[in-house]
Amino acid sequence: METYKIIVLAKQVPDTRNVGKDAMKADGTVNRAVLPAIFNPEDLNALEQALRIKDQFPGTTVKLLTMGPGRAAEIIREGLFRGADGGVLLTDRAFAGSDTLATSYALGQALKKMGKIDFVIAGRQAIDGDTAQVGPQVAEKLGMLQVTYVEEVKELKKDTIVLKRRLDRGVETVKCKLPLVMTVNGTAPECRVRNAKLLMKYKWAKTVTELQKENEDYTHLYNDRPDLNIPEWTVTDIETDASQLGLSGSPTKVKSIENVVLQAKDSKIISDADSDIESMMIELIKSHTIG
Amino acid sequence: MNNVFVYCEIEDGQVADVSQELLTKGRSLANELKCNLEAIAIGHKLENVGSEIIPYGVDTLYLADDKRLSPYQTLPHTAIVVKLFQEQKPQIALMGASSIGRDLGPRVSSALHSGLTADCTSLVIGEHFDKKANKNYENLLYQIRPAFGGNIIATIINPDCRPQMATVREGVMKKSILDPKYKGKIVNLEVPKYVSDTDFVVEVVERHMEKSKLNIKGSPIVVAGGYGVGSKENFRLLHELAEVLGGEVGASRAAVDAGYVEHERQIGQTGLTVRPKLYIACGISGQIQHRAGMDQSAQIIAINTDPEAPINAIADYVITGDIAEIVPKMIKYYKKNTK
Ligand SMILES: Cc1cc2nc3c(=O)[nH]c(=O)nc-3n(C[C@H](O)[C@H](O)[C@H](O)COP(=O)(O)OP(=O)(O)OC[C@H]3O[C@@H](n4cnc5c(N)ncnc54)[C@H](O)[C@@H]3O)c2cc1C
Ligand SMILES: Cc1cc2nc3c(=O)[nH]c(=O)nc-3n(C[C@H](O)[C@H](O)[C@H](O)COP(=O)(O)OP(=O)(O)OC[C@H]3O[C@@H](n4cnc5c(N)ncnc54)[C@H](O)[C@@H]3O)c2cc1C
Repeated sequence: METYKIIVLAKQVPDTRNVGKDAMKADGTVNRAVLPAIFNPEDLNALEQALRIKDQFPGTTVKLLTMGPGRAAEIIREGLFRGADGGVLLTDRAFAGSDTLATSYALGQALKKMGKIDFVIAGRQAIDGDTAQVGPQVAEKLGMLQVTYVEEVKELKKDTIVLKRRLDRGVETVKCKLPLVMTVNGTAPECRVRNAKLLMKYKWAKTVTELQKENEDYTHLYNDRPDLNIPEWTVTDIETDASQLGLSGSPTKVKSIENVVLQAKDSKIISDADSDIESMMIELIKSHTIG
Repeated sequence: MNNVFVYCEIEDGQVADVSQELLTKGRSLANELKCNLEAIAIGHKLENVGSEIIPYGVDTLYLADDKRLSPYQTLPHTAIVVKLFQEQKPQIALMGASSIGRDLGPRVSSALHSGLTADCTSLVIGEHFDKKANKNYENLLYQIRPAFGGNIIATIINPDCRPQMATVREGVMKKSILDPKYKGKIVNLEVPKYVSDTDFVVEVVERHMEKSKLNIKGSPIVVAGGYGVGSKENFRLLHELAEVLGGEVGASRAAVDAGYVEHERQIGQTGLTVRPKLYIACGISGQIQHRAGMDQSAQIIAINTDPEAPINAIADYVITGDIAEIVPKMIKYYKKNTK
């Protein structure tokens, strides 16, 4: 039986879906403190695709790679709870301010360090930057083929895969060879829930940095159970060209940001009385909006 | 050299709407920058696309015509665009934020190490002063886009790397033909010089385009229903209003998920983007993801039982009440005052 080595790219994002009035600070910047940090939704769809391949081909390994601040180690733990075998947190101030290109470069260099990979599986898009660019750019950085908007793996035999893609106005089935970068759509099956046994098993999985902050009680565990160590890579652990990293390695720059949350415009309040509705309709007819 | 470039998507031998919209925008940017507008179309049997592209004011149209180049595939199309951009060195390159453009754009920008701004809603020429470097940049492309689920609008610039690349969604820019007799030249690229056989590694086994028969995007009036409409039956009221006003029916995702209405009618971040003259939101709360697809509408009427519904903040007319009562009244008084 065939086995595969799969890396899932997953990002921790602020939950931008339920944004209240306090989500933006007066200066127009995002108030991250009130937005919960979550596993990017489509990255969960990506993880599920990876776990399905693992179910079908026992011996396959699924690991996560996430780049972000220290607390993004939560992403690796979440993956472990759902059936992944491990993961790496890529974290360093040198990555701060990265645009999609600098992000892809850093992720690509980390992936190169991981040896031969059969699949890199990413979500289609992250809900904060909303660009859907990182998947294809990682593929280009690694010189790998990409298949975007995957909804279903229809068939996988040795090094040949058949995938169903969801396009703007239809669907497409494609066949190609591994290795491959694929990005998974939100319309793909949802991720399985946390497994209670795995939750118990990996509850104490931590990075070195987190461990240093913890009280002493559990430190012995990490010596007995190496699988509880979440590797933390900094810029010195991967080979990089500093000019391609972070803000200075990013061709795009944010010039300015404007807050648009619930900016009220002047609106007319209309009651449900017949006379109110009638005068509104007359106004719209007169202005040639309707009629 | 240093012109504005548009990648034209070809589907079934037709130039995609989004590409025509970008050609229109590209022409106005080129006028402002006093440079030429160029375009590229890649596919098969492209004899007729010239007459569909050049009237937008295209000075040079590059065609890469080969049986293997249709339908779209990532690697061959990337190879052609990358090499052509290396040769022509455009200052600006625009693509649709479509399933094709969002697959191709990032790949091309990575290969060229040029920035790419996704899903722009506005493109403007402006200048920028970099305080740190004490350097002034003129004639940069301001790439204005919503991010953070539509909660912020960011202006992105790309000071040093070329081309400045941007994707734009269908329906965001307006299309208009400049001159049906515009004189532009067509350059047929020698395909084997741009693509190698090893780029053709994906086999498209099957493909069916589910063309939407509906034309919600083109409709000047959209009557949209949300979860608050309550049932499939109640949606009939909205169809009736749309018919009387000469509009189309749209929906929120919650209404689609509840099975009140077909998926093709969904408006919002993961559905259609519309900008009608009039948008009537019935029983729609107005979450960010929905507003992303309709907040550019010229006028908005919000009908909602909740006086605090977020949709009210962007509405021109706020009607607090039950759609089952209000929609029939709108039909009645429309008929009364137009007869
Ligand atoms: C307001 C604003 C606007 C921006 N606009 C642009 C822009 O137009 N162009 C641009 O180049 N950059 C832009 N950026 C920067 C961009 O958001 C960041 O580079 C971001 O880290 C990656 O982009 P994304 O969130 O859009 O990811 P996407 O490209 O949408 O992510 C796709 C997938 O890639 C993987 N992935 C992405 N990031 C990571 C990560 N850190 N770790 C692991 N996996 C990951 C995930 O699987 C994810 O689902 C913008 C940032 C801001 C704040
Ligand atoms: C990644 C992502 C993408 C999404 N994409 C989209 C998208 O493309 N489009 C989209 O629409 N949503 C999208 N959503 C979902 C979005 O967040 C909201 O859940 C959805 O828009 C809510 O739909 P609604 O307003 O119809 O329902 P609700 O939020 O349930 O609102 C129903 C409204 O009806 C009112 N109401 C109830 N009864 C009546 C009555 N009798 N008369 C009048 N008013 C009444 C209520 O007061 C309420 O305001 C997306 C979400 C995510 C996470």
